[in-house]
Amino acid sequence: MHITDILVTGEPIIYGAMVSMALVGIALLFILTYFKKWKWLWSEWLTTVDHKKIGVMYILSALLMLFRGGVDAMMMRVQLAFPDLGFLNSQHYNEIFTTHGTIMIIFMAMPFLIGLMNIIVPLQIGARDFAFPYLNALSFWSFFFGMALFNISFVIGGSPDAGWTSYTPLSGAAMSPGPGQNFYLMGLQLSGIGTLATGINLMVTILKMRAPGMKLFHMPIFTWSTLVTCFIIVFAFPILTVALALLTIDRVFGAQFFTLTGEGLPMMWANLFWMWGHPEVYIVILPAFGIFSEVIATFAKKRLFGYNVMVWSMIVIALLSFLVWVHHFFTMGAGAFVNSVFSVSTMLIAVPTGVKIFNWLATLYKSKIEFTVPMLWSLAFIPSFILGGVTGVMLGMAAADYQFHNSYFLIAHFHYVLIAGTVFACFAGLVFWYPKMFGHKMNERLGKWAFWLFFFGFHVCFFPQYFLGLDGMPRRLFITNVAEWLPLNVISTVGAFGMGLGFIVFVYNVYYSFRYSERETTGDSWNGNGRTLEWATTTPVPYYNFATVPYVDEIDPYIRMKEEGKTTFEEDKVKPIHMPSYTGQPFIMMALLGLASFGLVFEWMYVAVFGLIGAVFMMIRRSFDYDDGYYVPVEEIKRTEKKARGL
Amino acid sequence: MKAKHLRNRWLGLLPLGLILFLSGCGQLEMTVLDPKGPVAQSQYDLIVYSLWFMLGIIVVVFALFAYMLIKYRENRPGRKESDYDPNLHGNTTIEVIWTVIPIIIVVLLSIPTVTTLFDLEKPPEPAAGEEVKEPLVVYATTADWKWFFSYPEQDIETVNYLHIPTDRPIEFRLTSADSMSALWIPALGGQKYNMAGMMTKLYLQADEEGVYDGRNSNFNGEGFAAQTFKVHAESEEEFNAWAQEIQNEAPELTADRYNELLQPGLTDVESFSNTHLEYVKHHTKDGMGYVVENYREQFKEKLHLYEIEKQESFQ
Amino acid sequence: MAAEELKTGPLEYRTQEGQMGIMGFWIFLGAEVVLFATLFATYAVLFGRTADAPLPSELFEPGIVLVMTFLLLTSSFTCGLAIHEMRRGSVKGLMLWMIITLALGLGFLGFEIFEFVHYTHEGATIQSSAFWSAFFILAGTHGLHVTLGIGWAILLLIQIKQRGLTNVTSRKFFIISLYWHFLDVIWIFIFTSVYLIGMVI
Repeated sequence: MHITDILVTGEPIIYGAMVSMALVGIALLFILTYFKKWKWLWSEWLTTVDHKKIGVMYILSALLMLFRGGVDAMMMRVQLAFPDLGFLNSQHYNEIFTTHGTIMIIFMAMPFLIGLMNIIVPLQIGARDFAFPYLNALSFWSFFFGMALFNISFVIGGSPDAGWTSYTPLSGAAMSPGPGQNFYLMGLQLSGIGTLATGINLMVTILKMRAPGMKLFHMPIFTWSTLVTCFIIVFAFPILTVALALLTIDRVFGAQFFTLTGEGLPMMWANLFWMWGHPEVYIVILPAFGIFSEVIATFAKKRLFGYNVMVWSMIVIALLSFLVWVHHFFTMGAGAFVNSVFSVSTMLIAVPTGVKIFNWLATLYKSKIEFTVPMLWSLAFIPSFILGGVTGVMLGMAAADYQFHNSYFLIAHFHYVLIAGTVFACFAGLVFWYPKMFGHKMNERLGKWAFWLFFFGFHVCFFPQYFLGLDGMPRRLFITNVAEWLPLNVISTVGAFGMGLGFIVFVYNVYYSFRYSERETTGDSWNGNGRTLEWATTTPVPYYNFATVPYVDEIDPYIRMKEEGKTTFEEDKVKPIHMPSYTGQPFIMMALLGLASFGLVFEWMYVAVFGLIGAVFMMIRRSFDYDDGYYVPVEEIKRTEKKARGL
Repeated sequence: MKAKHLRNRWLGLLPLGLILFLSGCGQLEMTVLDPKGPVAQSQYDLIVYSLWFMLGIIVVVFALFAYMLIKYRENRPGRKESDYDPNLHGNTTIEVIWTVIPIIIVVLLSIPTVTTLFDLEKPPEPAAGEEVKEPLVVYATTADWKWFFSYPEQDIETVNYLHIPTDRPIEFRLTSADSMSALWIPALGGQKYNMAGMMTKLYLQADEEGVYDGRNSNFNGEGFAAQTFKVHAESEEEFNAWAQEIQNEAPELTADRYNELLQPGLTDVESFSNTHLEYVKHHTKDGMGYVVENYREQFKEKLHLYEIEKQESFQ
Repeated sequence: MAAEELKTGPLEYRTQEGQMGIMGFWIFLGAEVVLFATLFATYAVLFGRTADAPLPSELFEPGIVLVMTFLLLTSSFTCGLAIHEMRRGSVKGLMLWMIITLALGLGFLGFEIFEFVHYTHEGATIQSSAFWSAFFILAGTHGLHVTLGIGWAILLLIQIKQRGLTNVTSRKFFIISLYWHFLDVIWIFIFTSVYLIGMVI
């Protein structure tokens, strides 16, 4: 096989991307070598099992993916605002909207939230680490190599081009031959393993490792949202695993599940995909609800209104999320009765969600609202999300959905809920917990610039799309040379660039804050307004998290601790702490599985088998690994704590 | 004051921007909100009915939101001691109220949704006093990336354009020769999928004469943007005259010609004096694999349909 | 954490690591249930879509499937005996019954492979129709699980030989016993809803 058979050729934009990727790669190698950081990279990051460091790596990857997905979005918006420019052709546009959707959901939103969960959940419940730290590292690296595999597709082999939903028969071997669609299948499969493992890991962590005295209904609301999310992950992800595996077997081994030959059933893909896909939407929105609840209570300086109702509404949403998948294809002709049932179940989700909105508003009642950057993101969520929520109910009305389906009305709706919900929450959570992760806050002034640019950009970008949809503009259309559609498309593009600008300011703020922000001296970074246990640790958080774990028997335990002058360092109670050892095994195991997946993408079976054997060998090594970790001596804990607390 | 500065933006810009925007868009004629037939009309009615509820919800939430933000910001001048109650965390009465009201709204939205859904499964009923007409049957078949409309009653077939009589229900029998697509004529009503190996039914009707835009709305690959067609709605007499003319003058659709047309790619409008239904039935288990089996090689090459970009408009 | 070790109760439950490992595995089995449920649903939906390939009723034979069922059910019983011996503290008993379990599992696998090869010769392959794709993937996924279980158990047998009964080795054996019983349950569903129904219709 010749190299030009694998590399994508003939696209100036992709050549540009190749060159810039090569340059960035060389620069990184140079910097690591020049500053002698290779050992540091390996021993501090690639082999880490510390939940906080793994969380940071998740978030960094997610920000990188937000950039990539964002560039995809900008390119689409340029093409749609200037159809005469000939900027993108049909094929290229199809690849871009496919990667945009897949990346934003699977490789941006989910890892961003899982990163925040990684860092915060153990701290909120008073745990020293995850239940299975090794497995946690494994999860991260499976996500990482899945992401890497998916992303190299646009220079090697060609990107998938059948949409992030990858509907059969279009995405089957007959109509989409070649490696593109295999990249989608294997990238998602590989990272899906990690997500499932994280779900199990966090569930056990939350159920088994809470601070003494902390009942389930004492848990911080973000931890609750994580627990409910993990429940959805455990019961939804296996469906995706099966769907992806079946389509892979169809494509690579010639089976007939979703084909037009052999009496295959292409429509089954849509069902399987959305049986996972709809719960997936709630996997990325419930943690967002949790983050908003934490931030709003903190900066309203008031207890969250209706804690129990908040928890129960999340549980109800989680259950309902499994019962609505058909609303993604009301137009498949399942008949009036089926559509009626799924219409009603869909609209019912609005009830617990509405209750949550009112609870947040009631939390603001008789509060003292402080407009910090995380609070701005959280407050902006409420009106923005409502605009997405009500249109969601409209889409849920099946008879009307026949007109909305596949149109820009739908595009506007899900960007309204996913950006105003998930993306706002990612920013809110990152800024809110930033001092816990890095020992300094992000600059507030720049943070507000980033917020307002992104916020206005968002509304200007997506509000017009409702009207484009009502004017009959279908989604996934690469050219808009219908004169009436052009003005709104231009407005939308302007908004998209506003969001892009907001993102750039945000990234610049990371650098600026690193250079100039004041270093934190206390753990309770937001003017002493912390309510839950994560704020009781020192900043930066010691690797063992808590010298002594406090007894907890209420919601917002840190408020009482502050009143009583208690800390997480009671000198006479310190005992040696058991910690897991760092190991390079997860990285190597997943790199080998990544190699196997890459082989399968090109259907090079010897590569696939080699990678698989390597990964199995690593698993066998793990089975014989009886490394039981180590103990942190009392003296070292006391020394660390006294230094951090200035005692 | 920082907070005041913020309040002005929140209150001033956000709703004002929306209102400006709404009024700006009011001047646009939006196809879905300008129905030309009974099916589109019933969907339009449902949309407008739901919009009132949605507007109500938005107004209530925005008002409460604005109130909370103004009244309870930390450094509002003249804040009273009683404006702060950090331990307030529940009120059963009000929580029951804001749970019950959404449930009532859902019920009120469900009833017309369900009735409309069942109505859409039948041909639209004529206005009071008018005679019931048998629906005109049109087989709408898609192949990458074109439309075949077969009229078994008239024994004619058109490619990429459609003629229908006004004031008579049209029964579309939708299927696909290869990828999944959807028939959508927004002025006449909502869409339904065309799927190989299956047949879906969609009833539409035009009340006003005119030329409407129709398209495939479900993404199906490279030529998706060009898979559009014009719908010519005309009086029954004109329609019959047109059908007669096609029957008399158009060439015959031979099996070879049909196979040629089925290959992936674009094609112009065409007319034929018979239908393809006599050669292959794509909606059956036997016919569903017809195209992928015969044209496996053609699907392996990307077609680079640059002509799409050069076209002025597909509508 | 590891320091706090209970003095009573089953060995595998005495440390928090042990308890968490077992709980995590139960949740994993929950995910496995969903995985197999999806495969069963796929099979049910594609039932009857045999195209030109032979019908299941022409190929399914009660004899061989009954033998397979007998082997796997018995192996589940011997696996239970192995854990019983483990609770009594007998490494020897545990190893003996576990080896018998694996032998029965291997027998099951042998028959399954024979059966698959036979169907392939009769013209029913994974490629021949949607129904046969679904059949081979459903039964094959179960078979793959059994294979992995056998490989896994062999690793554990080596470990218990090396280290004897500890908190860790007993936890590992307890977990693989859960896994083995789970595979048995799945097989009962495959036996009834695939083979019995397939033979009748």
